[in-house]
Parts: sequence; C-alpha cells; structure tokens
Amino acid sequence: KRVKNVELSVPIAYGTISFWLGKKADDLHSHKWTVYIRSATNEDLGPIISKVVFQLHPSFNNPTRVVESAPFELSESGWGEFEISMTVFFQKDAAEKTLELFHHLKLYHEDDNAPQSTKKPVVVESYDELVFQEPTEAFYSRVKNLPAVHVNGSPGELNVSSGALEISNERKRGDTKDHQLGQWFGKYSETDELTSIMGARQQVQKEIAKLKSMLDSEAMKLKPSAP
Amino acid sequence: MDAKDILGLPKGGPVGDKRVRAPKETVPKKLDRVSREVYALTGGLPPLIASVDTKQRQASSQKISWQWLPFANSARTDGLQLSHWVRVVDSVVPTGDYAFAKYNRSVAVLKYTDDEYNKHLADTKWTKHETDLLFSMCEQFDLRFVIIADRFSPPRTVEELKDRYYSASKAIILSRATTPEEVADHPHVKDAYNFNYETERKRALGLLLSQSRQQEREDAEVLAEAKRITEARLSKVDEQAEQPSAPGTDLTQPSTDIAAAATSTTTTTRGHRVFLRGPNLGQMVQSMLSSVGARIVKRIEQILLDELGVRLEPKIPTESICREHLELRREVLNLVNLQKAVQWNEATVSFMRETHPEVSTPNTPKRGFRGGDRAAAVSGERIGKRDHKRKAPARFSDTPPSPPQQKRARKLKSES
Repeated sequence: KRVKNVELSVPIAYGTISFWLGKKADDLHSHKWTVYIRSATNEDLGPIISKVVFQLHPSFNNPTRVVESAPFELSESGWGEFEISMTVFFQKDAAEKTLELFHHLKLYHEDDNAPQSTKKPVVVESYDELVFQEPTEAFYSRVKNLPAVHVNGSPGELNVSSGALEISNERKRGDTKDHQLGQWFGKYSETDELTSIMGARQQVQKEIAKLKSMLDSEAMKLKPSAP
Repeated sequence: MDAKDILGLPKGGPVGDKRVRAPKETVPKKLDRVSREVYALTGGLPPLIASVDTKQRQASSQKISWQWLPFANSARTDGLQLSHWVRVVDSVVPTGDYAFAKYNRSVAVLKYTDDEYNKHLADTKWTKHETDLLFSMCEQFDLRFVIIADRFSPPRTVEELKDRYYSASKAIILSRATTPEEVADHPHVKDAYNFNYETERKRALGLLLSQSRQQEREDAEVLAEAKRITEARLSKVDEQAEQPSAPGTDLTQPSTDIAAAATSTTTTTRGHRVFLRGPNLGQMVQSMLSSVGARIVKRIEQILLDELGVRLEPKIPTESICREHLELRREVLNLVNLQKAVQWNEATVSFMRETHPEVSTPNTPKRGFRGGDRAAAVSGERIGKRDHKRKAPARFSDTPPSPPQQKRARKLKSES
C-alpha cells in the first residue's frame, strides 16, 4: 500500500502581503492583506492539497475560513496584526494527517519612520517543503510527475508537457504563475545558502584536523620519560 | 580531673559552690574509672531515678528450669537418639515433634517399572542404565542438576540431563493418566522443558557475562540511543494524534524499526508521515543535542553565528541544505569537544611542567637546577610557539585559558 524508500517533497512558500489603503483607509480597515500558501515555483497545489483552513483572529466575522481549491489564499481588510494558522488537508488518496502552519500577519514596516505607500506592500514570506515519507501508491503514482512535486529530493523531471496543457484548458487556474501579486513573490534558489553551509563545513573540518594533530603531538609530550 | 578536663566542664560540676564541691568530689573517688566518667557525662550528679533495676527482677509466677533431654526427630531415618536443652515450665516438658523436622522436604521423583521404561522411555541417546542412574541421582541430590552433572558418568551437559529427566517424567505421567485433561495442569506437562531454548539461553548468558567492558559500554550506548529514538517517535505520535485527522486517514501505528533507526540520520524510519522540512530539521537538531549540556549547545550556536556566518535555522530548507546543516552541526559539536580536549591537554602539560620539569622535556639531563633552567627555556620556546599558533586562526583559539589551568598555576606558585 505504501511505497518504501520514497520521499516526495513539495516546495512551498507561504506568508502575507499587505497594502496600506491610503485615502480609503478608516479606523477599522486600514490595510488590505492576503494570506496564501503557494508552490515555490508557482505550480498548482490542488492535486496535493484538498483544502486549507485559515484561522483568523476571533474579532473577524467567521474567523474560520475554508478554501477548498487552489490557489489557497484569502484576502481580507483590517487594522491589526495577529497570528494566522493554516491547517492543510491533503487529498484523500494521500491518507495523511493534517499539517499546521503558523504565520504572523505584518501590516507595518520594520522601520517605523518609513512612510506607508499604497503601492509598496509589506511582504513576509517563508519557504518550506511539504515532505511525504513513504507515500501511498495511489498518491505517488498520481503526483510523481507533477512539476510541483520532487521525488526523493531531485528536482521534478521535465514532464511539463501533460501538466501545462491541462491547465490552459481549465476555467480557473490553480497555479499562481500569473498571479496578481506575483511581483511580490519571493524567488528561492538554494545555491547561495548551500555554498555557504558547505564552505562552513570545510572550514570546520580543517580546524578539526588541525586540533587532532595538536592533540596527538601533545599526547606524545605527556608520555613520561624513563626514570 | 582528667575527664572533666577533656569535657571542659568546670571542676566543681554545674553547681560551682565550694561547699558542695567537696562531698561531690569524694563520692566519685570511691568508684572506678568508668563510673567517674559516667558521672561526668551526667553532669557530676548521680542519676535521680534508676533506669533498670537489675537486682530486683520481678519474680515470675512460673518456675522455669532448663533440662538436657533426648528428643525425637521425625526427619531422621536411622533412629539416632540425640539430646538437647529444653526449657521446662513448672515441671511440664513440652511435647511435639522436633521443630525443624518440617523443613525436611524432598522432591517426588517418579519411579518407573521396567515395563514402563520399555514402552514409553526408550531413547536412542540414553541407555536404561543411564536413565536409571539419572533418576536415582535426582532423588539423591534433590534435582540439583549441577551436582548431578558433575558426578554423572558418562559426562553429560546439564541441559541434556534436564531434558531427559523432564521428558521421561512427562511421558510417564501421561501414560499413567487415564485422561489427558486430568494431568494437563501438572507442571511437567504444562511447562515442558525446551532443550534448544535452554542451551541457547545459557550460551547467550555466558556471552553476556564474558563481555569485555568495551562491549558493555557499546551495548549500553546502543540501548540508550534506541530508547531515545522510540521516545522521540512516541512524542511525535502524540503530537499528531492531537491534530484533527482527515476523514479516512490511516491511523495504524508505524512499524518500529529500532535497528535501522539507530543508523539513519535524515530520514526517520517511522513508516509514513508528512511533515514540514524546516521544523523537522529543528527537531532532529534537538534530538542530536539532547545529551549535550546547555553550555556546549550555546557554544555551538555561537560558533555557527559569529565565526561561520551560518543561520541557526536555514532560510531555504531544501533537502540538501537540511542535510548539510545537520552534518555541519555534528562537525561543530566535534570541534567543540576537540577544543576542550586540547585545552585540557595544555593544562595538563603546563601542570606537569611546573611540578616535574624533567618529565615534560624528555631530553633534559637529570641534574636539578640545570633541569629547571632547561625546562624554563624549552617551555618559553613552547609558549612562543603556542602564541604563534594562536595568531593564525585567532577566531577558533581565542577562548580564554581554562580556569583549572590558571588555578593550578597560581596554586603551585604559592606552594613553591
């Protein structure tokens, strides 16, 4: 029933983008913001996620908002910052428990002195990966070729063909490639961070080797000479 | 007086009155040493109330005497007549069997007829003579198989003897029973002797006992590791159990595979699960550092942040980055431990140099003052070298000299 030694990883980005409403702002609605979970490469997450439940601050009307189709996002207007919880429900054939993500909604810039602009939003986005270990056979066979999914850590095979054609025929697209807020989405490349970590490892390894040889020579010195 | 001197009591006792002192001092003089000191303990006064009146024991109403009388011992079969002291109360001699006779228990070893032997107990590896000998020894030695094995001829292992005895007894019991049910509860039938299991068990015990200390340590480590992993798994299962489960979710417990888990690092072989890679890395780092002290954890984080410029949690947690990060953490831990070892070593070396100059510099001739000079010269050289080393990658070696090193140096200087 489950595929052993297989790990599916779905890179995602999630967070909030909030715009100041400028002239149209009033006391209770000073900002318009959107909270979302998207594929890091803007692919359609629908085949993987069945629904996302966004839990907002209790002061909101119907604070439990359910989004049942991709793109999994929610827009609202308000005045305050709070923590939003997102409960991700996976498609039935994945047979997995839900996953919970948390994100703090930021409306105001870090720098208090910066003037607010209706054109430049406050964007806070985080990168992470949904990892499915030993997925069910049904789920695996269905999603393994999707561009949003990487199998066992390797980037998705170049099977863009079938997926792309289907999307263009759909009425409502699940992917976020041409999203209205697309210009604010982050772009993630692992090269920089990877190089930095690997460089750090080499540094540490060199230092370890040096200390080890120091220890060996010191050990020789400590050996008592013949009385 | 000597005792009072020792105790520091005023010589006249608590009541320092001169008139009272004289009679008090004369009274103790009459008695022997012990009583004098006892008086000192009580403050120089005789006890007001007698604690035990040894002279006038209340005469009991009964007349008790002790008599040397012969007794009967039902445990004896040879009719030997022995005597012992008996407490006689009012001329009444106590009756009853010898008190210890009830401890003379023996095992009910079965006896079989030749007929029974031929029908049920014939065995390729055992002759009738050997089986008879075994049973008689079992009776003689109360089923102490170790002793029987020592004296059995031809020599057989304890397990073989036990196996033969128990299987033979079981066969006899079964043959004598009218229905199988009535003897189903008999221990010989219910818990039959398992020869293979027993030999294996003894062998394993022998191995365990003859393990070297190194192996013991290794075993303990592996067990501790396995325990930690199962606990981590159980706590994760609890966390997930609290979250609402999607309809139709498979809630079966993941199969535990402890041996494999002990070796794998990035993937937890807990069966299937879905998680977020970022938080998962955090959990793995925590479990890796669970046995490490807080100070060392802080030192590792300081090295990562200040000296290597690496975030404590990767910004982009991809599989390779998480893997490399975990390895990096491991290596930094290794580095910190090595740094401590080097510091300790240097402290020991300088300590040795202070106390035994000739030991740390093997080339020194054994003349005292010369040795001192040479040691100082050589150590000066070495100190110079150490500074040189410190200059190069200053970041890693700029930790302050360990306190024991400083303390020892100071202590020795004060002594000399």
